[in-house]
Amino acid sequence: MASRLTSGWTAGPVPDQIPVMLVDVHAHFFHDRSGRSHWRELNASRLRAGERIGIHWHLASSLGSWGHTSPTYFPSPPDLTYANAHLRGLAAEHPGRIRGLVTVNPNFTAHAVAELEQGSREGMIGLKLAASRRADDSLLDPLCAAAGRLGFPVLHHIWQHRRREWPGQEASDAVELCRLAARHPGIHFILAHLGGGGDWLPTLRVLRSQRNVLIDLSGSGVDGGMLEAALAAVGPERLLWGADATLCTGLAKLRVLERLLSPADFELVSAGNAERIFPRGSFR
Amino acid sequence: MIDVNVFVGAYPWRRVPGTAPEAVLAAMDRVGVETAWVSHLPSLFWKDPAEGNPWLYDLARRFPRLRPVPVIHPGLPDWESDLALAVDQQAPAVRADPGQLGLAPLGAELLQLVKACGSSGIPLLSAVRLEDIRGRHPLDVAPELAPWAVRGWLRHDARVRVVITQADRGFIEEVHFGSTEAEAGRVWWDISWIWGPPEEHLALLLATMGPKRFLFGSGQPLRLSETPVARLDLLELSAEARGLIEEGNATSLTQRTRS
Repeated sequence: MASRLTSGWTAGPVPDQIPVMLVDVHAHFFHDRSGRSHWRELNASRLRAGERIGIHWHLASSLGSWGHTSPTYFPSPPDLTYANAHLRGLAAEHPGRIRGLVTVNPNFTAHAVAELEQGSREGMIGLKLAASRRADDSLLDPLCAAAGRLGFPVLHHIWQHRRREWPGQEASDAVELCRLAARHPGIHFILAHLGGGGDWLPTLRVLRSQRNVLIDLSGSGVDGGMLEAALAAVGPERLLWGADATLCTGLAKLRVLERLLSPADFELVSAGNAERIFPRGSFR
Repeated sequence: MIDVNVFVGAYPWRRVPGTAPEAVLAAMDRVGVETAWVSHLPSLFWKDPAEGNPWLYDLARRFPRLRPVPVIHPGLPDWESDLALAVDQQAPAVRADPGQLGLAPLGAELLQLVKACGSSGIPLLSAVRLEDIRGRHPLDVAPELAPWAVRGWLRHDARVRVVITQADRGFIEEVHFGSTEAEAGRVWWDISWIWGPPEEHLALLLATMGPKRFLFGSGQPLRLSETPVARLDLLELSAEARGLIEEGNATSLTQRTRS
């Protein structure tokens, strides 16, 4: 969209790229059945911004039809099958740039396990759970068991400090994700988008002691003090950089993290922690 | 660069690092901002916010890079003197946030201030929000500014110039395309809450509205000072357009105020 709408303008200077390995652990791509006519432009925009920032790997998921033929957070099995396959195709088009997470709906256990196994066979490297069931629901256990067998981490959509129900999703907060993580201590869980809305302060209190849960820093929220508080709560070994729907705020957070962290700790957050928890060789 | 959206002083709802003037200046240095339009954050929540204005003017004398944007409460007696003092102090704008002040956005008091700003030539600044509504303190129930309020202000007085901070794409489009050309030409928007790629809201707005309507603003220290720079860095934007956003448009506003 940007290239079309700003045609005729002179491109500005490319900003200094982040000079280390960089993995965006929370990316999304769209497809022809996602109900957005400019889906190709959205995908191209993400890749183009990634080039400017210096992102080596977009670790992506695709939430079914994104509401077009089934709800974003309650995607139907056919929509998930199509979206996961499309994402694998996109990864094949961009080798060395895109890796995929398998998105499933826990209400359809057999389908979800089959998607995970097929995804693993075809190069996907993790499980994405959105908000079809609460994180501590027993329906998630067989999926986590499958993820464990495949060596997959689990990225879970989170509403920071959810204090009531929200329409369109059965959202979870950190308390519920930590209950699930305690039942599966051998799996790494990623608490999604600390900056994605909601109150992130209570999340940090919950996570201190559940050490198999890492935080992804993505989201449009750029509250002053959030990054410092996350570091104080869990340390650099449990932080993962990501962008989600706003790469601009992702770049801003990277620039702040460069200032807050030693070079070694910055490399943990930018890629090292992701390399540690995802299957060996995922980002080579 | 000129950052039109900066605060000094403590925030009542959570601990925020970097609220002292020296820390605010250091954050400006990190991203290359020379001058900031600064409001006294605690007084936004005081019953009489004008009690913070002498401190703010003194701050501006001690730190000339910080230009004062005092709060005017048009529901209090003798607010006209506060406005006159702001003009006398060469404030680049005055601010009134109806939600924090507890005033109806299109009530008689606010509209009197709108008219007074128009006649005195000083821009009126207001924030749509200070924080994401989903993360606010349970007692922080101040309503967000609505697009219809801004359209009403522009319609109410033909001279008033308005600066709106922390508005998103939908808000901006509703006001811009819901106003006459002359009205839309009297409102400026900071880029602190406008999404970049992949949704490309900022690129879209720059293409449909042009760069003259936008100002560099961060909301620091409540928000990261690095964000608007990152937004501009990810745009395909001419040096001329970037210069307008980073400094030129705010400079023009200030010069018109002085004239």
